[in-house]
Amino acid sequence: MKLEIGAVTKGSTSLKYKTGAWRDQRPVIDEENCRHCGICADVCPDSAVHAIDRPGTDKAIYIIDYDYCKGCGLCANECPVKCIEMVPEEK
Amino acid sequence: MEAAFQIEHDDLFLSGHRGCPGCGLALAVRHILKATGPKVIVVSPTGCLETISSPYGFSSWGVPWIHHLFENGPSVATGVAASLKAKGQEEIKVVAIGGDGGTFDIGFGAFSGMLERGDDVLYICTDNASYGNTGGQRSGATPYRASTTTDPAGTCSFGKSEPKKDLPTIIAAHGVPYVATASIGFLKDLERKVKRAMEFSGPRYIQIDQPCTSVWGFPPDQTMEVARLAVNSGLVPLFEMVNGRVTKVRKIKNRVPVTDYLKVQKRFKHLLADPACADEITRIEALAQDNIDRYGLMD
Amino acid sequence: MAQALLSKAQVIEGSEAVARAVAAARPEVISAYPISPQTHIVEGLAAMVANGSLVSEYVRVESEFSAASVLAGASAAGSRAYTATSSQGLLLMTEVLYASVGQRLPFVLTVANRSISAPISIQIDQRDSMSVRDSGVIQLYVESSQEAYDVHLAAFKIAEDPEILLPVMVCLDGWVLTHSYEPVLEVDQAKVDSFLPPFSPVHKLDPADPKTWGSYSEAEIQMEINYSVHEAMLRSKERIKKVFGELHQLTGRDHGGLIEAYRCEDAEVVLMALGSVCGTIKDGVDELREAGKKVGLIKLRCYRPFPYEDIFRVLEGVKAVGVMEANFSMGSEGAIALDLKAKLYNRPERPVVVDCVAGLGGREVNKETVAQVVDLIGKMADSGVPEEAVWIDLDRDILP
Repeated sequence: MKLEIGAVTKGSTSLKYKTGAWRDQRPVIDEENCRHCGICADVCPDSAVHAIDRPGTDKAIYIIDYDYCKGCGLCANECPVKCIEMVPEEK
Repeated sequence: MEAAFQIEHDDLFLSGHRGCPGCGLALAVRHILKATGPKVIVVSPTGCLETISSPYGFSSWGVPWIHHLFENGPSVATGVAASLKAKGQEEIKVVAIGGDGGTFDIGFGAFSGMLERGDDVLYICTDNASYGNTGGQRSGATPYRASTTTDPAGTCSFGKSEPKKDLPTIIAAHGVPYVATASIGFLKDLERKVKRAMEFSGPRYIQIDQPCTSVWGFPPDQTMEVARLAVNSGLVPLFEMVNGRVTKVRKIKNRVPVTDYLKVQKRFKHLLADPACADEITRIEALAQDNIDRYGLMD
Repeated sequence: MAQALLSKAQVIEGSEAVARAVAAARPEVISAYPISPQTHIVEGLAAMVANGSLVSEYVRVESEFSAASVLAGASAAGSRAYTATSSQGLLLMTEVLYASVGQRLPFVLTVANRSISAPISIQIDQRDSMSVRDSGVIQLYVESSQEAYDVHLAAFKIAEDPEILLPVMVCLDGWVLTHSYEPVLEVDQAKVDSFLPPFSPVHKLDPADPKTWGSYSEAEIQMEINYSVHEAMLRSKERIKKVFGELHQLTGRDHGGLIEAYRCEDAEVVLMALGSVCGTIKDGVDELREAGKKVGLIKLRCYRPFPYEDIFRVLEGVKAVGVMEANFSMGSEGAIALDLKAKLYNRPERPVVVDCVAGLGGREVNKETVAQVVDLIGKMADSGVPEEAVWIDLDRDILP
């Protein structure tokens, strides 16, 4: 692909690189015990926790974007009700 | 289950960056941009931030962003601000985000010039107290007795013998309208300070204490815990200065001993391992107490 | 208040001529840091801003590193930007110039040529601008205040050409040009505006279309990005000539193209030089011609890119070239001679090239020097050309 003059590119192109491949452990959210506080989404350095509207309710659910999650464990550590468990990454 | 959901990647600092797992810097930048919104131009000196966010063709930046050199984050920002002023486009704000290497040390001269001229730039220093991008060498922001790769603890040394450069005070002495310290351990406070800074014009500074899992040596899931310990020990005072006067501080609600902070980081392990370092720990405790007294951090 | 409409030349200081040309180009951002002998230029611009005759964001920086960096930021944000420097100041800007070339930021700077420390000297030579010849900044040299005025107008147009997009440096000798008074004819503002429309950047820092500047590159692309700069410089040769042609149309003054060939038509010996010394050399050439010597001068107006094609055309049938230069690459020889010899080496027919270091550190060069050089070259026809450059008027008795 042709290079840009001055190596100046459009922004927002990093999604091509799936940092999820770095992981050796992954967070799993226990939805039943989740209090929907959103702290996990706030503290993820990789923006890999997302609030998704759940159809039929007014509560968002929180899901992990495993394409980018690096398995750092911050979400699990910061969860006030400890409903996120870090489990070894399956190969 | 998540495959059924459409994920909206709407962060202004996108996933896919090369920050370490648990990277405090990425966390800081996410929240800085949440507070500024998209109508900004961001300038960064060389450092971790440009490395993790801009391999050619893989940019995490959803805002216009320029990285030029190491010494000139402030002066490039000045140039951008001058251009916007010339064009009558001052509703676009200039935000510089740089590490401590580029701010405390090599960019210091340019930074002082920017401050003295009153240039309309919000400069945010994401401070991991080292040259993190290159493996953790000593900077002017490295705290007393931290071990770094160019000032390591050894049989003849306890690590850094100089105190951390008190940059917020130096900056305030330039007569700038707003100076604040913040921490990634307190994200809402961080966002509030960025928003507040955006209300002023002229040069403004926010120094964000940003624990670094790789350089400081702690597990990646502890990044925010270490940040909280830093603040709650008194070593990192959180305050705001308006026109040179401290107007607001964040009181410490749950004070912790300095050793709680030191013992969870490899860069300080030599202090706790060696009884000869007891005096050094006492000195660090005195630094924390001095902050508490100076800024009135305890009720 | 627009510049006054002039119908005849004014006798003004060279620095003032430069300042007026720059003001006419309407830069949105100017950065300023003082250093002899360019300071009168930035002072002239400051006075214009203070009196309202120039509307520009004038930034009084704390070092030349910042002077150039302010231009980089301003240019990336879409502003025409300008500064002036000399000597040590240019060296301090070096890193910023390289980075700005790589990011294709088209600002203009004036270099009032001056010698380099140590020892500290405020005398003239071109060691300063020569030190950044590898950077990718286009280098134009002028002989007179009028040429300085005219070429500054062209410089912005050349820099901002979307096929070029490189910083341009206009070099004029310190003191001799910056501080002397010569008659200068200005171009009326409306004509300058039609010659030089507002800067229209290819890339711009803009929240409406967020772009990323300053990515890091790996081995897969670094050679290509670097080559693209060289390619832009090669492409710029014809475009610079075109802009000079348009300038000629605008002003009625023809200073030449990338080179000016002075009395070279049947020359056996051609001197090569750049800067204000060319005025002296032309006088020397005239005297030698009157004495029957077939001598000419190639005045380099554009040094980077190196205009070897135009030089070759002039050198057909020429037996010897005497480069007279006030710069030196220590441990090797003068920069112009190195460039010339590199390009001539593989030619089937080529003149002998003698590198003469003349005028370094402000050492006087006059018509007698010119005659001395031509005489020296004549003698080398018998004795051969020495391996080392010849340092003209060097006082070996006082060497430490």
